[in-house]
Amino acid sequence: MIRHIALGLAVGAIALMPVVAKAERIFVSNEKDNTVSVIDGESLEVVETIDVGRRPRAMVLGPDGNELFVAVGDDEAIDMIDLETLEVVRSQSAGEDPEVIRVDSERPYLYVSNEDDNIVSVIDYEQRTLVTEIPVGVEPEGLGISPDGKWLIATSETSSMAHIIDLEAMEAVHHRLVGARPRHVEFTHDGAEAWVSSEIGATVSILDMQDTYDIKHTIRFDVPGVPRETVQAVGVALTSDGRYGFVALGPSNRVAVIDQQTYEVLDYLLTGQRVWHLALNGDESRLYTTNGVSGDVTVIDVDGLEAIRSIPVGRFPWGVVVEP
Amino acid sequence: MSLAAYGHCLRGVVSRELLRFVHQRSRFVAALVRPLIWLFVFAAGFRMALGVAMTEPYQTYILYEVYIVPGLVGMIQLFNGMQSSLSMVYDREMGSMRVLLVSPFPRWYLLVCKLLAGTLVSIVQVYVFLVIAYLYGVKAPLMGYVLILPALVVTGFMVGALGMLLSSFVRQLENFAGIMNFVIFPMFFLSSALYPLWRIREGSYLVYQVAALNPFTYAVEMIRFAMYERFNGDATLIVVATTAVLLGLAILAYNPARGMMTRKAGAGAE
Repeated sequence: MIRHIALGLAVGAIALMPVVAKAERIFVSNEKDNTVSVIDGESLEVVETIDVGRRPRAMVLGPDGNELFVAVGDDEAIDMIDLETLEVVRSQSAGEDPEVIRVDSERPYLYVSNEDDNIVSVIDYEQRTLVTEIPVGVEPEGLGISPDGKWLIATSETSSMAHIIDLEAMEAVHHRLVGARPRHVEFTHDGAEAWVSSEIGATVSILDMQDTYDIKHTIRFDVPGVPRETVQAVGVALTSDGRYGFVALGPSNRVAVIDQQTYEVLDYLLTGQRVWHLALNGDESRLYTTNGVSGDVTVIDVDGLEAIRSIPVGRFPWGVVVEP
Repeated sequence: MSLAAYGHCLRGVVSRELLRFVHQRSRFVAALVRPLIWLFVFAAGFRMALGVAMTEPYQTYILYEVYIVPGLVGMIQLFNGMQSSLSMVYDREMGSMRVLLVSPFPRWYLLVCKLLAGTLVSIVQVYVFLVIAYLYGVKAPLMGYVLILPALVVTGFMVGALGMLLSSFVRQLENFAGIMNFVIFPMFFLSSALYPLWRIREGSYLVYQVAALNPFTYAVEMIRFAMYERFNGDATLIVVATTAVLLGLAILAYNPARGMMTRKAGAGAE
């Protein structure tokens, strides 16, 4: 009897598998086309193009995974795309030139860097109200939120600083000088470090987020045969197993592969032109890159550490998000 | 004549060509050094470090050394095909070709055996080159190394038949060297071996047109596609058709006595 039940359960589980398994979708914001391209993770083809506001750049998935928030800078707003219908269902005012956004996993808050106002806006996207404004350095851009939701780091391009914001107090409590024109912040999955990339400095500063909040290491890049000035560190993606760090190196058309433990650069992978931001997929088997000048997305096989495909999207793709 | 006899003849011609190749170590080294210099020196100095734009059959951006490898494979076969034909001129001058042609087999069969033997030698060279390129970091999908084989056979026959046709017009060994310069280099440089056709078109429309008419371009593209597990029907059709025409002409034009006659006439005049 037990054997029959077990067999029935096994058959039932197998029969349900195709229903449960969901192909991943990759969303890419096209800065010059005012669209978001949707790529099917299986066929690696663009299956849908969604019209959004003007100059879409950073994107982030809502905490429940039903919505995609898109910062549309020239409309000074955040467009919210329903992931069922793939349409913009509402738009939230977000202050002057919103560029990078992050979402709070506990509270219905969106953190927005307003480049022209030198502030980080905190918006309650459910109440549609501005919660507060946190003053930071000149031209804030990169934002990173710690896994425990305690810290937010904002980078200011012109001040070349990382501002460590206590999200309870909603104020910046530490300020650290990093490489020139910091662009992006990514926390390690254990929250112990924050990786801050600097475009002009062509470095990644590793901030200790447990004790000193100081820079504990700086990663530098040197791509053989490529002019030094084309190496510009921008997007960062870190695997959750602590194995690899990936850094997009802008006009050098390379993604650097870094050992997350030793900070050693292991390889440089060729992508399309001016690689900007990165996103890992759900099981971290693939890394997707946006290539602004060539207008495509390069797919990198994480295990093999090789680029396997480049997919044309719209003009000047900027941000990329993978639906888990 | 029995099929076994044909097989025996084929074995004889092929083993002679392979033996000659094995014994001429300098030829083997030269055949490898040439493409390797292109790969290590030319491609390294001109590597287009920012990547070659996406072009079929590649699915993403590649470095120049990756692009150039199928062209260098074609170059190995081109040189080998011509060298094999050069050996026919030598055989003819030395009289060993006559020994071969007095056999009871039809001349076309003997010439095809000879072409096949030359092609096999070139394929050995190609695979050794591909192993070195792999170790250097130019890696194709593993299946590509199998799928490339038919493309190598057809290309080997095409360039071999071209060499054979040319050799039939050559009276003496010395003249052949000149023809090699006028055939090998234009065929190689005016093809997609070094640059994609779209790139050549940007530089010079006339050169592009010549390259687009050059059958060697299609041989290189056929090899390139096969190496990346793709089939290029148009290129294959053009290469097969060119091979058929060149082979037919070579068989028709081949005159084993020409070199001998020249030698005899030369000897008589002294």
